[in-house]
Amino acid sequence: MVWRSIARNLKRGPLTIPAEPVSEPATQALAERLAASAHQRLGRSLAIRMVDAGSCNGCELEIHMLNSIVYDLERFGLHFVASPRHADVLLVTGPITRNMQDALRRTWAATPDPKFVVAVGDCAVDGGVFKGSYAIHGGVDSTVPVDLVIRGCPPTPAQLLEGLCVLLEANAD
Amino acid sequence: MAASDILRNAPTAPCNPWPRHVLTPAAWADLVAALQAEASLELLAMWADAQQVHTLFHDSRNGGFIPTSVQVDAGVYPALSPARPAAAWFERMIADLWGHRAEGGTDSRPWLDHGKWDQHAPLSPQATPSLTAPELPEFLPFEGEDLHQIPVGPVHAGIIEPGHFRFTAQGETVARLEIRLGYVHKGTLGLMRGKSPRIAARFAARLSGDSTVAHSIAFARAAEAASAAEAPPRAQHLRAVMAELERIANHLGDCGAIANDAAFPLLLARMTFHRERILQAASAAFGHRLMMDCVIPGGVAGDIATEGSPTILRALAAIEAELPELLRVYDDVSSLVDRMVGTGIVRHDLVAAFAPGGFVGRAAGRGFDLRQSPGYAPYDGVQVPVLATADVDGRFRIRASEISESIRLLQALLAQLPDGPISVALTLASGEGIGWAEGFRGDIWHWVRLEAGQISAVFLRDPSWLQWPLLQAAIYGNIVADFPLCNKSFNCSYSGVDL
Repeated sequence: MVWRSIARNLKRGPLTIPAEPVSEPATQALAERLAASAHQRLGRSLAIRMVDAGSCNGCELEIHMLNSIVYDLERFGLHFVASPRHADVLLVTGPITRNMQDALRRTWAATPDPKFVVAVGDCAVDGGVFKGSYAIHGGVDSTVPVDLVIRGCPPTPAQLLEGLCVLLEANAD
Repeated sequence: MAASDILRNAPTAPCNPWPRHVLTPAAWADLVAALQAEASLELLAMWADAQQVHTLFHDSRNGGFIPTSVQVDAGVYPALSPARPAAAWFERMIADLWGHRAEGGTDSRPWLDHGKWDQHAPLSPQATPSLTAPELPEFLPFEGEDLHQIPVGPVHAGIIEPGHFRFTAQGETVARLEIRLGYVHKGTLGLMRGKSPRIAARFAARLSGDSTVAHSIAFARAAEAASAAEAPPRAQHLRAVMAELERIANHLGDCGAIANDAAFPLLLARMTFHRERILQAASAAFGHRLMMDCVIPGGVAGDIATEGSPTILRALAAIEAELPELLRVYDDVSSLVDRMVGTGIVRHDLVAAFAPGGFVGRAAGRGFDLRQSPGYAPYDGVQVPVLATADVDGRFRIRASEISESIRLLQALLAQLPDGPISVALTLASGEGIGWAEGFRGDIWHWVRLEAGQISAVFLRDPSWLQWPLLQAAIYGNIVADFPLCNKSFNCSYSGVDL
């Protein structure tokens, strides 16, 4: 059964969508910002650690899809790792809840330098719809410094891919 | 006195569609005692407002639903947890949010309140500033030789929500799992108060992103019940189309991920491919991949796009063509079957005590589905699969059967969409209502109290409330390495219960 399935897939051709060209101005702007902040470049491969600091799990659903055969994140040199100690990039979602703030700070501290923080989703910008709640501290930058923001509620996999590729290009020599 | 007699003698408060029985603390204590002997009265939900603690019971003998409340006297009410173990988490949540203490409860440790907010009992009218951080609660003790603990989380290894799992293991065998949640508590209930249902719907849609449609439907129906309104037939049909798309998308993701946790990525690859097709079809039909904010109180936010129906039907046809073969692959691979069958069994007495919905209940013989009972438009004749194995394999197979049933429902719904308006305006009414919807995880219940068109009290009950505690029990006696498999087969929502 497995063999028949594999044979048919070989005949059908790739399911992965072709990559969109990366936005030149966005890359340029981020590269300049990174240079200005004397960020050390990491080259063309980035290890990503995802941290949910309060999301509704909508962002996680779409981040998951990056690993599907349709988007196949690893072909760009980007891959998810299990520990912050192995990571170059922290992908942070959610309005930062007061109950998760410590954990986010400690995860950031456990990530070796140089590191980048990407805030994902509208909540991660400033708390989004949850802004002003007794249980919410604020956006990601209220707790750790943010290098790049990917907006959306939730951002689509295509938007996530575009944002991460901008980070990759800005990091390349 | 029998529980049914105590309820019959109690005065009722208006609540649509079922009046709410209001008990004195003494009558409530009698009810708790009577419930010990009456297993057929299942606890579905428990919440509070400033003066009362509310519950929703289901009578499994006659299919009745009975909202019941107890007056809180000087901040205290008699605990329900000695008679219904599922009440323990609810009682801890009620103490943290409203400050009502369950006297004689089985567990009084804090739950959502980790000592990080700057106030105690934030939903109580007497919320007090918290000056000192409370001590973190102790984990349950364990005794025995050669036991060790494995702390996991709140930041986990995968792309997953945060929570803390404390395993006590003897070698590789798990002797106890205790789960601590509350990390993603966002104060959702507090944010909804003082807002119109239309505005507050954005919070219901973000209680648990994977069930955004189902929670939005339950909330809309509660708001409609409270203001004696009804969504037009076309809106009810479109809601069902969205809900079934959401169910298929989540079940595909879960089935793939369960197989992947048993080191079989082929099913994950194929099923996430179909999941992506469904999400793209949802986007083409309703303008949003997860259909967030597409259901509103009074109806739906927008009509289905012209190309929506054919796009959905094409995605469904592709699944229909491939699913039987993927399930044959699942059956044929002995290493996969070896990991799934007999793993993470939920004891039947615990299923009876906790009354879990969805695939957790249905894989263990409890065929409860809100689309059947109490039912709601436009559903009619939904087939609900039931198994008795109560293991990971059973929960996988229930999901697979539900995908096929949802495809059948969608094809029928899309073939007979009624014409007409897609929403009605809600009046500035006062009243109380209960709304429900069958999400992919199981039964979702929302309760809303409106005062002149504004929410004065609200509760959103995700199915995970009655499933998380059973995950703690299901892993008992299994090896640590099978926890991801058990966990994924439950796939409980963190955000949904953290509120």
